[in-house]
Amino acid sequence: METSQAVATGDTFAAQSFELTRWRKVALVLQRVPIFPLLILATLIFTAAAADFLAPHNPEVGNLRYRYRPPVWQDKGSWEYVLGTDHMGRDILSRLIFGARISLLVGVTASIFAGTLGTTLGIMSGFRGGWVDQVIMRLTDAWLALPGVTFAILFAVLMQPGKWNIILILGLVYWTRYARVIRGEVLSLKERDYVRLATVAGCSRAKIMWTHILPNVANSAIVIATLQIGVSIITEATLSFLGVGVAPPEPAWGLMLAEGKSGLMAGYWWLSVLPGLCIMLVVLAANLLGDWFRVWSDPQLRQL
Amino acid sequence: MQGYIIRRVLYAIVSLILLSITIFSLVRITGDPAVLMAEPGAKEEDLQAIRREFGLDKPIVLQYFVFAKNLLKGDFGKSIYYRIPALDLYIQRLPASILLATVAMTISLLIGIPVGIFSAVRVNTWFDNFGKIFAILGLSLPSFWVGLILILTLSVYLNWLPSSGAESWKSLIMPAFSLGWVFTAAHMRLARSAMLEVLGSEYIKLARIKGLSERLVILKHAFKNAVIPVLTLAGINLVLMVNVAVVVESVFAWPGVGRLLFEGISFRDFPVVQTTLLMGGVMFVGVNLIVDILYAYIDPRIRYGN
Amino acid sequence: MTEPLLDIKQLRTYFVSAKGTRVVKAVDGVSFTLNEGETMGVVGESGSGKTVTSLSILRLLPPAARIVGGEIWFAGENLLTKSEREMQRVRGSQITMILQDPLMSLNPLFTIGNQIGEPLRIHRGMRGHSLTERVKELLRGVRISSPEVRMREYPHQMSGGMRQRIVGAIGISCEPRLLIADEPTTSLDVTIQAQYLNLLKDIQLRSGLAMIFITHNIGIVARMCDKVAVMYAGKLVERAPVRTIFNQPAHPYTEALLNAMPKLTDKTERLWSIEGQPPDLSNLPTGCPFSPRCPKAEDRCHREVPPEYQVGDQHFTRCWLWERR
Repeated sequence: METSQAVATGDTFAAQSFELTRWRKVALVLQRVPIFPLLILATLIFTAAAADFLAPHNPEVGNLRYRYRPPVWQDKGSWEYVLGTDHMGRDILSRLIFGARISLLVGVTASIFAGTLGTTLGIMSGFRGGWVDQVIMRLTDAWLALPGVTFAILFAVLMQPGKWNIILILGLVYWTRYARVIRGEVLSLKERDYVRLATVAGCSRAKIMWTHILPNVANSAIVIATLQIGVSIITEATLSFLGVGVAPPEPAWGLMLAEGKSGLMAGYWWLSVLPGLCIMLVVLAANLLGDWFRVWSDPQLRQL
Repeated sequence: MQGYIIRRVLYAIVSLILLSITIFSLVRITGDPAVLMAEPGAKEEDLQAIRREFGLDKPIVLQYFVFAKNLLKGDFGKSIYYRIPALDLYIQRLPASILLATVAMTISLLIGIPVGIFSAVRVNTWFDNFGKIFAILGLSLPSFWVGLILILTLSVYLNWLPSSGAESWKSLIMPAFSLGWVFTAAHMRLARSAMLEVLGSEYIKLARIKGLSERLVILKHAFKNAVIPVLTLAGINLVLMVNVAVVVESVFAWPGVGRLLFEGISFRDFPVVQTTLLMGGVMFVGVNLIVDILYAYIDPRIRYGN
Repeated sequence: MTEPLLDIKQLRTYFVSAKGTRVVKAVDGVSFTLNEGETMGVVGESGSGKTVTSLSILRLLPPAARIVGGEIWFAGENLLTKSEREMQRVRGSQITMILQDPLMSLNPLFTIGNQIGEPLRIHRGMRGHSLTERVKELLRGVRISSPEVRMREYPHQMSGGMRQRIVGAIGISCEPRLLIADEPTTSLDVTIQAQYLNLLKDIQLRSGLAMIFITHNIGIVARMCDKVAVMYAGKLVERAPVRTIFNQPAHPYTEALLNAMPKLTDKTERLWSIEGQPPDLSNLPTGCPFSPRCPKAEDRCHREVPPEYQVGDQHFTRCWLWERR
């Protein structure tokens, strides 16, 4: 965007051209620290941990006399059921609070499980090479041949619904995301001098993988894991929505969405919108955090 | 190049075999396959008949080959609920899904490409930041939630659009938008990074040196080059869309294969479920294979190289 | 004496990092002139500011760079006061540039004919038959046979040497008065290099255009150029007619460059190199930028930046050693 005044006088150069406006300074600070996502995730963790104390009602048992109550700010709402009730008279707020526990549990555990599995296989594949590598890579290719959600649905249909099954499924479906990337990194790390030295010095392969390779790929693994939390939560919500995820009466947010769908046309919007809002906020926070972490841990990207 | 193509075809076949094995084994691990294929409340002799038909009394390996043979013949079992071959049912519903996916893809490209390209041209300005937020939102909002919100606002409160079924073009808008939402973000991101890369290339520099106006540089030289990777991704995503449309189709009661899967799950109609998943896998693998082969023709490195 | 075609006075172009913290003085007080039909070689290590200077002339700097001082007079006008639109009319028609990598310089999606014809369409408004004829003429001018066929082909169908000649054809299509060639032979095979250089010389003789030849290869300078400018760390440390530079280099850096060139007649076995590290442009030492590596550096050199002194006819250098004259 050049104007006719293409030239600034050199003497006053330093003083004038890059004075950061106040707005820019604020933006810069906000970029550095991911306040928003951290806040949300902290709230989530706190809610999940203190659910028993925070929830005003029992999330799984409701009072049929108070079915379909709207949230407090609408007509017929009351402070007793702040966010309304569902078709079984269960308090939405309590269900959301306990649902946080489930989402957190599933999201984080699934990520860790998939991450551990994927990273281990990735390291083995990259480091040992040979037929181990070939087998794992073919397996990865075959796995990636199907879209993740489809695969998850397949597993879920055939297994019993339930939290732990979901976590297992998510781990089994998403490990490939890690394996590929980690393997690539290991391949280049293998050529580094300190790895070669360790081999020459007679360290066992396992020891090398554990002490030298693992810490260096941990960064990438964590980045993928944080970004995967969102994916895990959405997949779990999808599975619960379809009826093959977490089983009722457990208050998984995805399940609440499914249960609330039929009430939409009647105008019972809070049954679906509120759990959906929760899902959105948590996934958004996880993605923002993951994105921030990715930029923070890669010194090259930080300059941008 | 021959080697490349042969390898790709082999991978595809192996993937499909693995898929079928997975279904096959999972079914047997988690329960009695005869029960799954039969109606609820079937009597013992019905179960026996099914066992004979599908060779379930034979050794496992043989069973698999019978299974595979049936699949290749096009026999995916009969829908318990509809009582017609599951494959026929699938093919009946497929056009609706393809229509939905095509419209959704068009929407996502019409929005995603211009936003992405403009973000790259005005990189690091407020528009770019707005675009980045838009992209993250796209990845964070589940498609069914977008669908539910749309239904609430446009159907329940404003009563502009129908919330289910497939009567007119109006019923297509909301599901297409919900389905396309996530992909809009992905296409926007790719368009942006592709454009940024193109803008840094030498021929763009030369175009400027020639004295072309900035508008011409972007529209004529940069745009064409940047759009190519996006369209490639879009092609692959089209099939992906058909597969993941399960939820959107269920929410909007759109009569496609996604909704078929949902019905299959709800009514415990296992042959239908099996068919939908298998066919989804076949299409996905197929399209990826075609794209890989096409690439072999376009990318000179693969053509003439190792 | 007629006015010089290009007259650069005290050009200063700085790069600023995104947060405004680091300033890199890529071009710091460079002045030189160029007459019609002359060829000037600009020599220096990478990072010395050669390319930034040429980009400054065309005003095609990356966003992080600013021209903070000086004047660039071309054909009687100060280019730095022109609007972007006016500059677009200058680029491609009066001043053109050839880039280093011919494969990368050509858009893979458009035909050769289309790309050569583009500046003609924009600057001369040519269309249709006359445009096609002119493109063919240009292709013949750079010694590419069967131009009708070639016109319809795409860049990846040509060899490296041909592509560079096509880039040359694009450059001269509108009969510019100044052609800047930025390391045009670096990515070519040695055998093709010579052919290409002859071609450029030929074109220059026929059309009388002035050339700026940016290179780190002194041998090419000797063959192609009438005068030479030597740059180091953003400063112009010596400029002189080509014979003078080779026979009587004034600046220690120029001497070092000439010594570093291995000659066939050398009997020694070791290669002569310049001691020390290339300068860090964001953190330049006080005084003459070459002083840390200069074998003749005195106390003063480390403290103060020398101004330009005249050494002989048309011969200038920035070195305290020449102060006495």
